[in-house]
Amino acid sequence: MEIFTTPRWSPYAVGVGIGVLSWLTFLLSNKPLGCSTAFVRSAGLVERWFRGRKVDEKPYYQQFKPQIDWEWMLVCGVLVGALASSLLSGQFQWAWVPAKWAAEVGTGAAGRWVVALAGGFCVGFGARWAGGCTSGHGISGTLQLAVSSWIAAAGFFAGGIATAMLLYHVILA
Amino acid sequence: MLHALHAKTRPQLLVGFAAGVGFGFLLQKGGVTYYDVIIDQLLLKDFTVVKIMLTAMVTGMIGVHLLAGLGLAQFHPKPGALGMTIPGALIFGVGFALLGYCPGTAVGAVGHGALDALLGGVVGMLAGAAAFAAIYPKLKPILGKGDFGELTFPRLLRVGPWAVVVPVAAAVIALLYGIGRAGW
Repeated sequence: MEIFTTPRWSPYAVGVGIGVLSWLTFLLSNKPLGCSTAFVRSAGLVERWFRGRKVDEKPYYQQFKPQIDWEWMLVCGVLVGALASSLLSGQFQWAWVPAKWAAEVGTGAAGRWVVALAGGFCVGFGARWAGGCTSGHGISGTLQLAVSSWIAAAGFFAGGIATAMLLYHVILA
Repeated sequence: MLHALHAKTRPQLLVGFAAGVGFGFLLQKGGVTYYDVIIDQLLLKDFTVVKIMLTAMVTGMIGVHLLAGLGLAQFHPKPGALGMTIPGALIFGVGFALLGYCPGTAVGAVGHGALDALLGGVVGMLAGAAAFAAIYPKLKPILGKGDFGELTFPRLLRVGPWAVVVPVAAAVIALLYGIGRAGW
């Protein structure tokens, strides 16, 4: 059972695993892997707590109903799967600041939190604008040879590489 | 197609959960639930993310096209438009680098205890999605600019799917080989 307790697998093995997983979701559920719609549905569920059923009238929530669906369960599963994997390899660790951030920026949790919050906002907003994320467009869409997904995947990396270079080579240099 | 299974709501939620457990397990084992690995990819220092995504894409592409050929799978290409896909992807990219996770890997990172992924990432993504839902009616004219719908490359090029699958698979495998040879 060493395979489950080892901390890292070859990226090619992981990639083949995710590819095979996508065969299964198409076959068993008629659905591609994707993560970002779960966030808009959850956002709708949270808004409903505060503002009641009126939230359902928003045009975007009519398209993506605030409810627990297949993809929402998938995202819950991701949490459990990553938790299980990290516990098996002894890598589970509460951490406020990632190692690289601590080394290059500092160990203060507040600074990291603010940047992560701003980044999370752009990720959530941009994923809805583009209609998918690195899983839905980046893997599931490109494998279906969708034109939108190939453009989106190029855009994710173009924006990401430019921002990371600016942050680490200019702002923090 | 397994229509009977596809129509059963509760078993489907279980299948979704099980697929997620597999996905999360693989993401953590691949190291891509770590900020350091994702940032080093965006800084072009470590190609783990690209290796995983391209291998998954080629494996998935061949298998799903085989399943579709056998009548066991249906495609669901996402619709696109220039005003939707390009600005959305670039905004996502900026966030991707600031956060250092994407939606799936952020949730996976929470699974191994990353609190920045939870209180920054998940909270921020929920707020971003809610903000998009709020301004969606105003954005609609921009989103519809240059609409090309659920277009796929085989349809664009007016060829059969395998005429695209085979050269794309060959090119991606060659690229992966090159990345490996370069020691990235």
